[in-house]
Amino acid sequence: MSDGELIGSFIVPVHPHTVLAPEQNEGWGRLRDAYDLAAQRIKDSGADLLIIYSTTWPSIIGHQIIADPNPEWVMVDHDFHDLGSIPYSFNIDEKFAHAWNEANEKRGLKSRTVAYHGFPIDVGSVVAMKLLNPDNAIPAVIVSSNVYANRSETTVLAKACMDVVKATGRKAIAVTAMSLSNRMFTKPIEPKDDRIHSLKDDEWNRKILELLGQGRLEDVGQLSRTIHQQIRVNKVVAFKPMWWLSGMNTNRNDLTGEVLAYEAIHGAGGAVVHLDPTPSGTGDIEYDEDDVEYFAGERNVLDGDQTDLEETDSLNAELPQKETQSNGPALWDPTEGKDSVNSEAAPKPVGAYPHARRVGDLLYLSGVGPRQPGTNAIPGGPIHDGNGNALEYDIKAQTHAVINNITRILEEAGGSIDDVLDVTSFLVDMDRDFQGYNEVWAETLGQVGPTRTTLAIRALPTPIAVEMKVIAKASKKE
Amino acid sequence: MSKGEIVAGCLAPHPPHLVYAENPPQNEPTAEGGWEQLRWGYERLRESLAGVDYDAIVLLSPHWQTYVGTHFLGLPNFKNLSVDPVFPNLFRYHYDLDIDVELAQQIHDRAADAGLAVKMMTNPDFRVDYGTITTGHMFNPAWDKPLVVVSSNRSRDYYSVEVMQEMMIELGRVTREAILASGKKVVVIASNSLSHRHFTTESALPEDMSKEHITSHAMHLWDMRMIEYFRTGQAQRILDEMPEFTEQAIAESDGGGLSWLLSTLDIPTYPGILHGYGTIIGTGNAIVEWPVRDHKEAE
Repeated sequence: MSDGELIGSFIVPVHPHTVLAPEQNEGWGRLRDAYDLAAQRIKDSGADLLIIYSTTWPSIIGHQIIADPNPEWVMVDHDFHDLGSIPYSFNIDEKFAHAWNEANEKRGLKSRTVAYHGFPIDVGSVVAMKLLNPDNAIPAVIVSSNVYANRSETTVLAKACMDVVKATGRKAIAVTAMSLSNRMFTKPIEPKDDRIHSLKDDEWNRKILELLGQGRLEDVGQLSRTIHQQIRVNKVVAFKPMWWLSGMNTNRNDLTGEVLAYEAIHGAGGAVVHLDPTPSGTGDIEYDEDDVEYFAGERNVLDGDQTDLEETDSLNAELPQKETQSNGPALWDPTEGKDSVNSEAAPKPVGAYPHARRVGDLLYLSGVGPRQPGTNAIPGGPIHDGNGNALEYDIKAQTHAVINNITRILEEAGGSIDDVLDVTSFLVDMDRDFQGYNEVWAETLGQVGPTRTTLAIRALPTPIAVEMKVIAKASKKE
Repeated sequence: MSKGEIVAGCLAPHPPHLVYAENPPQNEPTAEGGWEQLRWGYERLRESLAGVDYDAIVLLSPHWQTYVGTHFLGLPNFKNLSVDPVFPNLFRYHYDLDIDVELAQQIHDRAADAGLAVKMMTNPDFRVDYGTITTGHMFNPAWDKPLVVVSSNRSRDYYSVEVMQEMMIELGRVTREAILASGKKVVVIASNSLSHRHFTTESALPEDMSKEHITSHAMHLWDMRMIEYFRTGQAQRILDEMPEFTEQAIAESDGGGLSWLLSTLDIPTYPGILHGYGTIIGTGNAIVEWPVRDHKEAE
């Protein structure tokens, strides 16, 4: 199956006026026209999945994902009930919903699916689904906005979703159902009197739309907290839909953006925005936040063992092969390339790289530590626990284990430890460990005779004390 | 018409876990029990009012959240399925409740006269929020008294706790006036928890009480402080400390229910009766009754 991809994103307003009363106010009518245009673009795109993140569906126990294949009911807005009722019957991709839930778990994020008759689908989702997918031709999936989630959870939620999109070969459209400024008038108003609640809200909205119009989605994501403080009523925690949408778009800043409409709905800022993945050539990314891949989680106050992630089956064969561990970063399968050398007998990398690469007569090894293949155990013990508390460890045992791992990689390449030409060693505590490391060196690689440089560094990705970077002679290829 | 009367005021929280644990026929999921301390508290509250004659219940639920003023259910009957959007695994309740539309309209009209933004909800498709249903069931499982259901105006979100409280005290004042003018005997209920920081994960068995406790010591201290004020008749101190309590305990008093209740009771100086306290998925919940009928001098 070919890789799936995100073929477009839309930002759409949540209030029911665009469905129930577009004729009552010119602005509401323009938003409805923009909604209809967005629906046509989605239809023409050949999309086979709509993914909706709704800010009007708050959740507490992680994120929730609708998994009822055909939810049906009648939605009445809590505030605008006098506008009328919206009956709905939606086409939900329950298989994708379950796969997304499993993908969240694999990335350390708690979520759950909901498939109960009569479950109250929120107003934002109902409005978006009714207008963007009026004939239910495209299966959809809807996710809640967790009230306690912050950027890391929301970003990981998006990445897990994209894991499934890619693995299942879908052509997906991402939708955030949301307001820009969300301050409404607190008293009833005549439709003709609707306007953005304040000039300040309007100015911020226009700045957000200027950035989105330039395709600078990640910039808006990184302004999320500021935007929330400036123009958001604290109904929800943070302006998080932009984190999710940016995560869905690999945190890009060079999308092709187009604002289809911007109007007031009872004082709140409502906009329809189309973000096309075609590079616009504008916008730099300057990260000032982590590009988080896994949610480590600190919020759980139940006393169960939260490091035991549930095993999942259905997608394991298709999703990127990463594993999480309780003390350190995720593990990856080594990448495969034309000249790469990878060994089952060596520990898994902590990123997307091979164990070694053959270039001409030389073999360049990625940094090798003491972790053991399979168990990931550290001979001599880790240098700190999962909470960062320092532990006692044996530098000699770690150094021996490093050299054994180097030997295994070289043997996989058809060579031996005798082929090592040059070593750069990294120690996290030079004062404590140099002597023990040096003794083991003398007994092993010292007998081989490579050149050596030893550096003190602040930390390594896993809780180890020593790592070596090796250049070796490459044996002739078979 | 004889003068109306508030016979009792109650703080009666609404976590759906309580209905779930009761296994009533109206609720689809079934449980092995759980949260007994609070359910026994509700039993004591019901026993306390068993011999008290009253005509209607006026209830403010923080889960009918309105941002454009305060709304009132305005049709005589609502019958539907209520599914909790947060805990759908626990609460899928088939309700059939009657509304005292006349009293609701009277409170609405007085509130409008006082300058508050109000609206009657007359859409027959409207689903009543699970907070109203949970407290309604736990307080009166027979559902044999009509309700006046008041929405939670989220003015705190828009302005501040202080502004919210100003508005809720005013709403409480006109609620009281409307009840006294109605000739009816009424129980007034605020359906909210105290400290309101949840766990963000749920036990495999939700009713596993070995997992249930307050989320933090700070939350416990705030809950006990409030309960002490309840038990010693210091309602004014509750109102005075409401901003700090609401902010620091992330308290569900942010919905205005507690301020409205105390105002409706004319800020009682007599002790409330603590019928129960317990935590539900980490939040603090107290069941408290102010026996107004025993303090007629307060009327």
